Amino acid sequence: MPVMTYREALRSAMAEEMTRDESVVILGEDIGIYGGTHLVTDKLIDQFGPRRVIDTPIAEGGFTGAAIGMAMAGMRPIVEMMTWNFSFQAVDQIVQNAAKVRYFSGGQVTVPLVIRGPNGGGVQLSAQHTHSLENFYGHFPGLKVVSPVTPHDVKGMMIEAIRDPNPIIFLEAGALYGTKGEVPEGEFTVPFGKARVAREGTDVTLIAYGRQVNMLLKVADTLAADGVAAEVIDLRSIRPFDEQTIVESVRKTHRAVVVQEQWRWFSVGSEVAALIQEQAFDDLDAPVERVSGAEVPAPYARNLEVAAFPSEQQIVDAARRAMYRG
Amino acid sequence: MATTRNRTAKAAAEAREGDVGPAPNGAAGADLGLDAETLLRFYREMTLIRLFEEAAQRGFRQGKIGGYLHLYIGQEAVAVGFLHEYRTGDHVITAYRDHAHALLLGSTPREVMAELFGKGTGLVKGKGGSMHLFDVENGLYGGYGIVGGHIPLGVGMAYAQAYQQTGGVTQLYFGDGAIHNAAFHEAANLSGLWGRDGLNPCLFILENNQYGMGTSVERATAMTDLSAKFDSYAIEHEDVDGMDLFAVLECAKRTVARVRESGRPYAVEVQTYRLSPHGAADFLERYRSKDEIAEARKRDPINLLEARLLEADVADEATLTAIRDEVKAVVEDAVTFADESPEPPLEELATDVYADGAAS
Repeated sequence: MPVMTYREALRSAMAEEMTRDESVVILGEDIGIYGGTHLVTDKLIDQFGPRRVIDTPIAEGGFTGAAIGMAMAGMRPIVEMMTWNFSFQAVDQIVQNAAKVRYFSGGQVTVPLVIRGPNGGGVQLSAQHTHSLENFYGHFPGLKVVSPVTPHDVKGMMIEAIRDPNPIIFLEAGALYGTKGEVPEGEFTVPFGKARVAREGTDVTLIAYGRQVNMLLKVADTLAADGVAAEVIDLRSIRPFDEQTIVESVRKTHRAVVVQEQWRWFSVGSEVAALIQEQAFDDLDAPVERVSGAEVPAPYARNLEVAAFPSEQQIVDAARRAMYRG
Repeated sequence: MATTRNRTAKAAAEAREGDVGPAPNGAAGADLGLDAETLLRFYREMTLIRLFEEAAQRGFRQGKIGGYLHLYIGQEAVAVGFLHEYRTGDHVITAYRDHAHALLLGSTPREVMAELFGKGTGLVKGKGGSMHLFDVENGLYGGYGIVGGHIPLGVGMAYAQAYQQTGGVTQLYFGDGAIHNAAFHEAANLSGLWGRDGLNPCLFILENNQYGMGTSVERATAMTDLSAKFDSYAIEHEDVDGMDLFAVLECAKRTVARVRESGRPYAVEVQTYRLSPHGAADFLERYRSKDEIAEARKRDPINLLEARLLEADVADEATLTAIRDEVKAVVEDAVTFADESPEPPLEELATDVYADGAAS
């Protein structure tokens, strides 16, 4: 199977869909001539021209709203948010229009729209350029929210997203654009709402999404050296949400640790913990552990930033607490 | 041109007092090639909107209509004039003062009133109410409740029309209150930019009814020549008297054709006046005087049209009375239909959230 980077997998998904379907266009800041801030759209303008690879001024609300209008009128636009931090400028469009217009039009309008870009922190961008917005967007009915972590998944889920008739919030692991992995040749899709068991185990379930999944795989190695077989679940999709995979895993392991870069209060981890106690209460041998970001705006200094996000040690400690080995 | 003008409705009314313009067979009407049948249709449409809105206001006060209710009373000539230029394949998008647009594009008074009454027979199945009227089959893409928020959508729809080479244009309506919002400025900038390449057949129809809720234009901006704001985005523009149907018709015919042929945006600032309160719950109207409203009523667009039709012998009083009576019956029928229609079935609560029927 061919090996490609996360970035290349993403680009190939978009290029293949643009070749297949003329209604697919991309718009965003510096995605054309510049090649994209993260080079995800590099050279697509040469292949598809400026009517389909549309460089926009720096005005997220305007071009996101315009993309919603395009989608309502029969196109399939992809919006690049240079980073999701800038999407606050477009929240009115995303939440008040994209998520709801189908409902308040009584089903007369569809919005086949993908909004994609890097989410999360880890590269010293400090407070205004560091957010994990999966719980925020996951809150609104009408949106689908996904967070792929492997090159395989980012390609399959991008093709799925472009073909989906709903607005999709596509949260990329920005820190992982250069990571490599096996990606099948030709078109394939990864369905939304289906979590991935990234590693099987029997003693404790570790749950995350996005780049924290890779951290969990390392933690699982550490725990294995200690004789603990951890199961690692990659949620992949925040909305729709795969309850079944989580519950089945917890019924097997009886213990769970949820890990997220975002803040703990009102977060995805809170929802996972609530779900487990609702559906697997009698199977639990320990309280569900949550490992989250520190309750502060993201700091700049390297040591402070590292301290603000979950560490492997924190996750190992949480797993040990859940095993009563702490 | 960007001189600051005094835009108070009172001043406008004073300047125009007694001026009902040329008779239709003498100037405007004949120039536009309008026959008597068409002119009477306009009268019927404007009367329908007026009586429909008055009935809706009664329904609101009786508690049969919930939420917000924004009436188009006084602004009828604007939508009637511009939508006369609507062609199949065009798109129309507006804010929450949207009843007239739906009625003119072909939604029935029954289904519009039923929507206001929150019934399952409503235009959007009781899911949107007054602010969210949609009739996509007839070109109406809403109906939006956030001031300015729909403007980028209209610009994107116009891009799609050019990209798909449909020959259609987007009529994008918004009020004076929306022009101070970032959404307007970001969208107008994109429209000018895309229009440079013929990729934005969008007609911006700025319905300046002089107040954004209760804040007059003068209290909302120091640069009160609102249409001049389009200069910032290289979008050409003009003003028109929105109380004079013939002025609107002439302007609409020319500007819609221009946008359709060029693929470039154009803007019209329509000077109009909201004779009704902002919303049906806006009883006090502390922000404007009774005198001002009385002055504006002298140029009630329906009265102006009536005067011209009579003057030009297009119709006599009996003809106009017959039209009013017929429309009154239509509106009464719509109210009865809405009143007697069933509420939406509870299963409708969770439908139309996702296009593929996915569970939320």
